[in-house]
Amino acid sequence: MTDDGASKREKILRSWGYFALVAVFAVVVVFLFPDRQDAVATTMWSYLVELASILPAVMVLLGLFNEWVPTEMVVQYLGEQTGATGVGIAVLLGSTPTGPLYVAFPIAADLLEKDASVTNVVVFLTAWACLKLPQELIELQFLGWRFMTLRLALTAAVAVGMGLAMQALLSTESPHGSS
Amino acid sequence: MNVTVLLVNGLAVIGLLAAMYTDRERGIDSIKRGLVSFVRILPTVLTIVVIIGLLLGFVPPETIRQFVGDRSGPVGVLLTAVVGSVLHIPSIVAFPLAASFLELGAPITVAAVFVTTLTMIGVVTLPLEVRELGWRFALLRNGVSFLGALLIAVLMGAIL
Repeated sequence: MTDDGASKREKILRSWGYFALVAVFAVVVVFLFPDRQDAVATTMWSYLVELASILPAVMVLLGLFNEWVPTEMVVQYLGEQTGATGVGIAVLLGSTPTGPLYVAFPIAADLLEKDASVTNVVVFLTAWACLKLPQELIELQFLGWRFMTLRLALTAAVAVGMGLAMQALLSTESPHGSS
Repeated sequence: MNVTVLLVNGLAVIGLLAAMYTDRERGIDSIKRGLVSFVRILPTVLTIVVIIGLLLGFVPPETIRQFVGDRSGPVGVLLTAVVGSVLHIPSIVAFPLAASFLELGAPITVAAVFVTTLTMIGVVTLPLEVRELGWRFALLRNGVSFLGALLIAVLMGAIL
């Protein structure tokens, strides 16, 4: 736990390091090209305002969600699901704000071990990657509802096709069940 | 102030009030959790804002169009897909970044392929995926996702 905390702190420090680097670079560049100063400042300000008006609320929603539906609960619930009905639940649970895609890899492995179909697992991973509810609010804000709904609808359709394709590709040789 | 801002903040306020009403302690706990993730993502958000500022302030729209614009055709889209697959940034900042591409005159296809490859494909996390799911599954999933992302983007470009 302490190790985990330390590495997290390291990660945050590294992020601030990146920011400092980029900020210094920006200051130098703007100093060298003063005629661009206004354009850069205006753009940064407008994006900053837009993010500031939405990000705290998104974070509150994330916090609420993680408090009442912790990831462990989602994982446990997913582990109990098998068969075709499981995929719908997998998609629903995958769209909850449960962290980045790599969090889902062990869950996917577990699902495969429990004889969930490759199609279902791929659909689940794709849903986990692309449909994250509070984050979608940011897509709505920046890219608009037409972009968002179309992208999500197409992703859902393509995800099923991807799942079927992978099932076909993987079943030509030994199935995953060997592990 | 637009509708989305009102919607999101409204949802957050309602959620928070409901949480406080049902269980004050857990309500406060979830605010703390939100605050922690906010602090964690803050440097990344600020970095992206600076990058977008430089991008829009310096890169003339004509240059972007040449690289990823209508005239560049499939090469620009493919290039963006590769960049999106390799980069490892949270989706929260991917959306503003994609919006800045659009503002620079990049076509919908480019913005869509960027967002989709960014979330679906992870070259950085590939070792982890291989360890958990085996190399056949991992490589195939990323490969199929790459094609899927291209398909999604092309369809979006055609429809929008």
